[in-house]
Amino acid sequence: MSARLAVEALSCLRGGRILFKGLGFTLQPGEALLLTGPNGVGKSSLLRIIAGLLPAFSGHVETSGGSALADEHMALDPRLPLAEALGYWARIDGGDHDTVVDALAAFDLTRLAEVPVRMLSTGQRRRATLARVHAARAAIWLLDEPGNGLDAASLALLAEAMAAHRAKGGIILAASHQMLDLPGAASLTLEAAA
Amino acid sequence: MTAFFAILKRDLRLSLGAGGIGLPIAFFLLVATLYPFAIGPDGALLARTGGGVIWVAALLAALLPIDRLIAPDAESGVLDQYAVRGIGEEAVATAKIAAHWLGFGPPLMLAALPAAALLRLDGETLAAVELGLLVGTPGLAALGVMVASLTAGVRRSGALGGLLMLPLAVPLIIFGAGSIGDFGGGALRFLAASSLLLVAIAPFAAGAGIRALRE
Repeated sequence: MSARLAVEALSCLRGGRILFKGLGFTLQPGEALLLTGPNGVGKSSLLRIIAGLLPAFSGHVETSGGSALADEHMALDPRLPLAEALGYWARIDGGDHDTVVDALAAFDLTRLAEVPVRMLSTGQRRRATLARVHAARAAIWLLDEPGNGLDAASLALLAEAMAAHRAKGGIILAASHQMLDLPGAASLTLEAAA
Repeated sequence: MTAFFAILKRDLRLSLGAGGIGLPIAFFLLVATLYPFAIGPDGALLARTGGGVIWVAALLAALLPIDRLIAPDAESGVLDQYAVRGIGEEAVATAKIAAHWLGFGPPLMLAALPAAALLRLDGETLAAVELGLLVGTPGLAALGVMVASLTAGVRRSGALGGLLMLPLAVPLIIFGAGSIGDFGGGALRFLAASSLLLVAIAPFAAGAGIRALRE
């Protein structure tokens, strides 16, 4: 996959306030960027602009290779068994049964495959969200606080999955206030606008 | 196209499952049951007014599913995930309208059979009612999805949805009820035109509504 993510002179206006302006960076295959900064500086908004969910106030974003977003919404049908709920997105993304099996295995969810999504615990829901991103087969992973609610073992799984994704030429943009295990990742701190 | 049919299939399954079409259909039959109690056992009167009652009941039943058409998908992030994948909001709305009609129109037409018996409708009237429902329910379904997307961001949207939807459904009920009776052919054509108009504009209005939810 020929992944690329370029952000140029981007600014974001939310609720009549400029959250950030003049933001620019480029990520090539295998690269990762860790977004940090206090609450409310626009980390999530930046991810949503890149994902195409919010309009940029100015500047532009270029992506190639497709993106997958993990935010606080799981976007899985609560009544369906986990594997089936993930399978819905995998089918839309052109994946198959193996895609789901791999994604479940990557986040240690295989034994929960038949459990209805609404029965999952907070950490399991978080891992299910990440498994959905894993199954999307997109080049660019946009992760909003991916480590929230994860225990040490799950954080290790996340680090492993992110490393594997980058090794395959994928790009990771993660917003987090905790340290994530992203070796060699660039770091960008958003400052509160004056 | 894969995505379109996947959305259609998912929404149809949700609509036929628990918490889906059962309640509106039961409500529809309940209205048809209550009406003879209120009017009394005058068969001629029931037969003369019954067709109109079926249309009123259909319209009221169409209000019930509104709050489950868009709002749950908006809250759970499903609509966002469609957008991240580059699936247009209009395509999502169209798939939802098609799924909503499939899960609403045919069951309603089936339920009209016992309702017609309760209201003492003769075969000819029943045929006119069924034809009218076939033509009119796509418009009702489109209107439902449109109103659902416009009210999804509002708390306690049920009453607001009714206020928005009922006035817009007035042409459907006028021409729907008008298509029963001696000079029904013209009304049926107007019913088809109103229904078609709603089906044509609803994907765009609903698509804009879905986009506006993200702000």
